[in-house]
Amino acid sequence: MKKKWLSASMLLLALTLVLSACGGSKNSSDNGSTAAGGESASGGSGDKVTIKMMHLWPDGSNSAQNKLVKQIIGEYEQANPNVKIETEVLENEQYKNKLKVLSASNSLPDVGFTWAAGFLEPYVKGNMFAPLDDLLQGDLKDKFVAGTTEAYAVDGKTYALPVELNIVPVYYNKEIFAKYNLQPPKTYEEFKNIVKTLNDNKVTPIALGSKDAWTGSFWYMYLADRLGGPDVQDQAVASSTFSDPSLIQAAKEAQDLVKSNAFVKGFNGLSNDEAKSEFMNEKAAMYAMGTWEVPNYTTNPDIPQEFKDKIGFFKFPTIEGGKGNINDWVGGVGVGMFVSENSKVKEDAKKFVNFFVKRWGELSVVDAGIIPGTKVDTSSVKLPQMFIDVLNELNNASKVILYLDVQMKPGAAEEHYNLIQALLGNAITPEEFAKKQEEALKAGK
Amino acid sequence: MDKVMSNKKIIALYVLPSLLLIMAIIYIPIVLTGYYGLMKWDGVSSMSFIGMENYASLMKDDAFWNSVYHSFLFAVLSTVSLAVYMIVALILAGNIKGAGLLRKIYLIPMLLSSVAIAQLWLKIYHPTNGILNSFLVSLGVEDPPAWLSDPKLVLYALFIPILWQYAGFYILIYYAALKNIPASLIEAARIDGANPWQIALRIKLPLVSEVVKVTIVLAVVGSLKYFDLIYVMTDGGPNGASEVMASYMYQKAFRGFDFGYGSAIGFFLLIICMVATWAIRKATASKDTIQYS
Repeated sequence: MKKKWLSASMLLLALTLVLSACGGSKNSSDNGSTAAGGESASGGSGDKVTIKMMHLWPDGSNSAQNKLVKQIIGEYEQANPNVKIETEVLENEQYKNKLKVLSASNSLPDVGFTWAAGFLEPYVKGNMFAPLDDLLQGDLKDKFVAGTTEAYAVDGKTYALPVELNIVPVYYNKEIFAKYNLQPPKTYEEFKNIVKTLNDNKVTPIALGSKDAWTGSFWYMYLADRLGGPDVQDQAVASSTFSDPSLIQAAKEAQDLVKSNAFVKGFNGLSNDEAKSEFMNEKAAMYAMGTWEVPNYTTNPDIPQEFKDKIGFFKFPTIEGGKGNINDWVGGVGVGMFVSENSKVKEDAKKFVNFFVKRWGELSVVDAGIIPGTKVDTSSVKLPQMFIDVLNELNNASKVILYLDVQMKPGAAEEHYNLIQALLGNAITPEEFAKKQEEALKAGK
Repeated sequence: MDKVMSNKKIIALYVLPSLLLIMAIIYIPIVLTGYYGLMKWDGVSSMSFIGMENYASLMKDDAFWNSVYHSFLFAVLSTVSLAVYMIVALILAGNIKGAGLLRKIYLIPMLLSSVAIAQLWLKIYHPTNGILNSFLVSLGVEDPPAWLSDPKLVLYALFIPILWQYAGFYILIYYAALKNIPASLIEAARIDGANPWQIALRIKLPLVSEVVKVTIVLAVVGSLKYFDLIYVMTDGGPNGASEVMASYMYQKAFRGFDFGYGSAIGFFLLIICMVATWAIRKATASKDTIQYS
């Protein structure tokens, strides 16, 4: 009896080992075959290739981009029947987090999207992204708006290709403005008066969700630019000194805005989406956000036309005595497409990226209302007025100041988020704000 | 069958697979975390050895100690709230009408996923449209607090849903323990003239004291490593006002790209949890176990 049990359990264990061994060998042979498939496919044969792609436009919140991605993938798969593109979609914040988690375990998707400069750098240093300069020399040559691909370059090599270019206007609700006889402001004094008038009439002046602290950073950046001029922030990050008086003055102005009840109640605990819904439900009169929101005010079929008609935008007003120009914009390239350095199907992935970026440039403004990193011929496309206005503003822009958090290294950017929340929550003084930001920049993380 | 199970080799054989799994996914990572804590590592590029530097800066990191303070405050609050759960369980176990239904109602939050609870409470706490503030306004409060953005309130505003989430779990444990007390003991006490208060305090509580000890450990360790609701609802903000140890670790490692530092925090958290468990066991140890007979 005993022997029987013993042998039975031995058999079971042996079986487990055999099975797991099978699993292991199956995996490795799979990998082998896809790798081989990749090579042979680039050589022109028809072996099956699967490219894994991750993007950040869920159907619910970014339906236009989501559809466009699907369409381009569809076109590519039709033209290349041997290629299958698998997508995984995550919302912005979750996407950022997952990308980090995946890279830590060395399992990035073959193709995905990354932000520029500070965000990209650790990935490049960690050998996670493949250089894409060969694509820039191919049929994508001279297709990009000048200065856009540079934001993804590290040590002279370009590691991602931009698909978005955004600036941050202040959107406003024309109906609310008309009701209280307000005009879009040209000077900061006018702007403060608008805030006061709206508050007197119990209308929330500005929707802000600085639980996502980068949205609060926009306001600080504009104040810093209008006070200290277009280069003061770039220089601060480049030289790791945050002591320019205009940077401290901007922090003070930001706190004054908070004290004048300019922002929606509880803004530090609201997410950007929650703040956005205040604006979309016409409970707040103004909202500063990237031009990725423009489709919601023009083309997005899910939003009622009468709301869209009410929305306009203005440039952040100039401050008397400040060095900033009204045509300085906070903004920059948004996400760009990368190819994973460790991808088993790198060449196929690159080909796909080449196709995707080109096709995206042709379609994105018209179909999805996204300003691509590639040049748009405004004369040949039919666009809603707000888009033409934005594209014209972009043409007239004297400078686009790259988002502070994108400019900084991740550690410093994280501290920037905390400091912006503390600043707007009146938890620290402007001087402390500048001092701590400088310390974070100096830490070099 | 009994013979087989007494064979040491067979026992080892059966234990081995799960032992390997636990080693692979729990103990080895713990050792690795301790190792990463000695490294300067951004999580992506290659690491370099820096010895105790991470721990040294951890000791000087005000933001970290702030999060430690929050975690311990929470641990104390959860332990204190156990008393409330015990009272509820005593009442439920006292054969009141509808005890079964109430028990199920208390348990429901436990069955919801953390993210669902977080979304629910985000709606409740919304500064202008939330149920709570709408209610306060209807009572005539002029300027109800913005619960999740006021640095003084946010921590307590978060503790409430977390306590609510786990209340059912502890009530259920206490309820089961109380139901396990033989009815004859209670009857005997009653015949001797004990009132319900005395029965609860002198008979029931001592008999379930072992269970209470276990729940104290569970509550303290669970609070110290708590993460989910805080991550979803405030992400430790504003400016670290609701940061706890686990969320701070996450922020440093995955947001700030400082995996070495994050690992050091994680390892420190593990040590704190072990010390806390040991201290509680020590403090609540009793020489004689109380028995039913």
